Parts: sequence; structure tokens; C-alpha cells
Amino acid sequence: MHIVYPAVISALLFSVGVYGVLARRNTILVLMSVELMLNAVNLNLVAFDVWLGDRLHSGQVLTLFVIVIAAAEVGVGLAIVLALYRNRKTVDIDQLRELSEPAPPLSAATDATARSRGGRSPDPGKPTPAPPAVTESGGHPPTPGSRNVAMGEAVPSGNGREDERSAKRGGKL
Amino acid sequence: MTEEVPSYLSPTGQEIVFLLLGAVAVGSALLVVTTRQLVHAALWLVVSFGALAGCYLVLTAEFVAWVQVLIYVGAVVVLMLFGIMLTRAPIGRSADLDSGNRVVAAGVALATAAILVTVVIDGFRTAYTPLTPGAGAASELGASVFSTWVLPFEALSVLLLAALIGAIVLSRTDIPGGSPEDQPGTSTSSPGDPAVPPGDRAVPPGGPAVPPGDPADQSGSSPSDRSGGH
Repeated sequence: MHIVYPAVISALLFSVGVYGVLARRNTILVLMSVELMLNAVNLNLVAFDVWLGDRLHSGQVLTLFVIVIAAAEVGVGLAIVLALYRNRKTVDIDQLRELSEPAPPLSAATDATARSRGGRSPDPGKPTPAPPAVTESGGHPPTPGSRNVAMGEAVPSGNGREDERSAKRGGKL
Repeated sequence: MTEEVPSYLSPTGQEIVFLLLGAVAVGSALLVVTTRQLVHAALWLVVSFGALAGCYLVLTAEFVAWVQVLIYVGAVVVLMLFGIMLTRAPIGRSADLDSGNRVVAAGVALATAAILVTVVIDGFRTAYTPLTPGAGAASELGASVFSTWVLPFEALSVLLLAALIGAIVLSRTDIPGGSPEDQPGTSTSSPGDPAVPPGDRAVPPGGPAVPPGDPADQSGSSPSDRSGGH
């Protein structure tokens, strides 16, 4: 058995899981994609255990441990999802923005939001774009550059897109 | 491990079976992340995990294959289906399962696949091992787990217990303490939460300590009786 075959299949499975985590909106589908990524790692572990001929079977034992940890992760994750559904009536990741920056009101003047955002930041002199970039990256990807622009110039390009996307979502729901 | 590597152009029967199973696994994984129906995603996940169990069997890891079938196919997917059922997701075809950044996600996934496949093919082109059955049998793996890996095994059992208790604590709604001072903050800070009229709520059987006139607690502590709100 060539080791390239399981390694390539594992890489493809991992990429499919990455796509699922990034592209899905339902939380349960994101959990499924995480399971796909864990299975890709398991396939790698088994293949390299067979290749190296480990006398302690560390690869397969670690695969068993990963399976058990994945089961625990799914249990706790689904409990969190159910608690979320109980409190918010949704499991949609795009609508869970409680930890993000104060969202601009839909179809409002953007300069007011930029001013309020600049006022709320604790240290306006120091550029700290990292936490907003992390929390906002689920919605529109090129945030770190445009967010800094939005701090000063009050024409954020992401807000218009977010407006039309939420309008489209409201039409669908 | 050996110096002479057999040609890629004359695959053995094991490799053909492995590649077919791998194609099934990757294809059904693609269907998991692209299908429009939530339940079908869970069922394609069963197919993917089953094909991966077949891959483990071909790689002579029998015990891991059966553990995969038991835990993943038997437990994890059933948990997922319960989660789909309990969150009252739309069962039929729904158009809003994908986020707005599908194109960027596809780009990132393709870049990841290209980089990983390139590196892996470049690094392990000459790696070859003959498959000898029996290396992954339950007796050898059990002896290895309970001789060398005892301490991680026990730590993992403690972790499983902690996860079990954590899931129970997260799922229960009638635990007194902690929830009354949490509920006003969450109920006022969520604008999309529909207001519940106080009349249509049945009193949960385990929560007599909650005063019935507290409106903040009523909006948060009854999960299963509010289906008419939306």
C-alpha cells in the first residue's frame, strides 16, 4: 500500500471539512464538518501507524482517543446548541452576533455608526483590529482592512453588502 | 520503508479497494457539505463514516474500524439527528443552509487541498509498506492500551465523565441557582426573542422554587412550550 493514497484522501477530507465549517450557517452542519476534519486526522493516524510499524500502536491508540474525544465534543456541542436554541430561537450562526461590535442599524447613516464605533473603542489611538476581525469574519471576509478604513472615513464597504444580504435573508425567511 | 517502490501504474487489489472506498468517503463528504436537506446531510455522513471504516479495515486496523462503526455511525450521527429534531429545523429542502461567504470558503478549501496534496505527494512519494494482517487486532491493541497507554486512557475516561455531566447541566432547565441573575441580561439583550405571554406557559415540573410572577424568568426557562411563538 502506497502511503500517498491514504494521505491524499485524508487531505481531501480535511479540505471538505474546512469548506463545510466556513460555508455552512446551521450550527449542526458545522459540527458535522468538524467531524469530517477529525476523521481525516484519524485516517492519517492509522495510515502512518501501519507504515511505521509502531510496536506500541501509538497511532491506532491515538485514533481511539480521538474518537472518544469527538464523541464528548459532539455531546457538549449539541447541548450548547440546544441551550442556544432555547434562548435565541435560532441556530443560525450569522444571526448570533452578540459578541461582535455594535452592529450598524440597517439602512441608517453610516457616519453615525462610525462615530459611535470610534467613541466606544477604549483606546482610539492604538489600532486594535484583531478582536473585531475575529468576530466579524463569519459575515464578510475582508474585514481587517476595511474595518480600519471604516474607523476613519465612514464609508465601510462591508455594510452595504451586509445590508443587502440581511434583506435577502429576511425575504427568504 | 523499503527501497524499491512498486509502480503506481500497477495497483494491487488492496489499493484498488482502498481508492474506491476513499472515493466514496470523499464524495459523500462533499454531499454532506453541499446538500440542501439537513437530514440528508446526516445520512450522507453515515455513508462517509462507513466508507472510512472500510478504509481502516483495508489498512489492517480492524479494531479501530469497528469502534468507528459503533461510535460514529451508531452514536454521533444519532446525536446529530436528535439535535436536528430538537432544534426544529426544517426537514425538507431549505435554501438558507449556506452562508453568504460560500465562494470565499470554496477558495480557502481549494487552497488548503492544493497545498496539502502537493506537500503530501512530494513528501511521501516513495513511502510504501506491505500490509500484513493482524497488527491492529483487538488483542494487540488492547494489550497496548492497558500496558503503555493506561494513564491517558484513565484521563480520557475522566474527560468523558466531565463531558457527560457538562452536557446534562447544559441541557437541564430546572436547575435552581445561576439562572435567575442570568436571565434578565440575556432576555433583554436579544432583540429577536419573541415576547412570551405569561399565560401560555406550563409550569415545569422541577422548578417550584421560581416565583411565578417573575417575567424575566418566564421568558427564558421554558424551552419546550413556546412553539407557538414563531
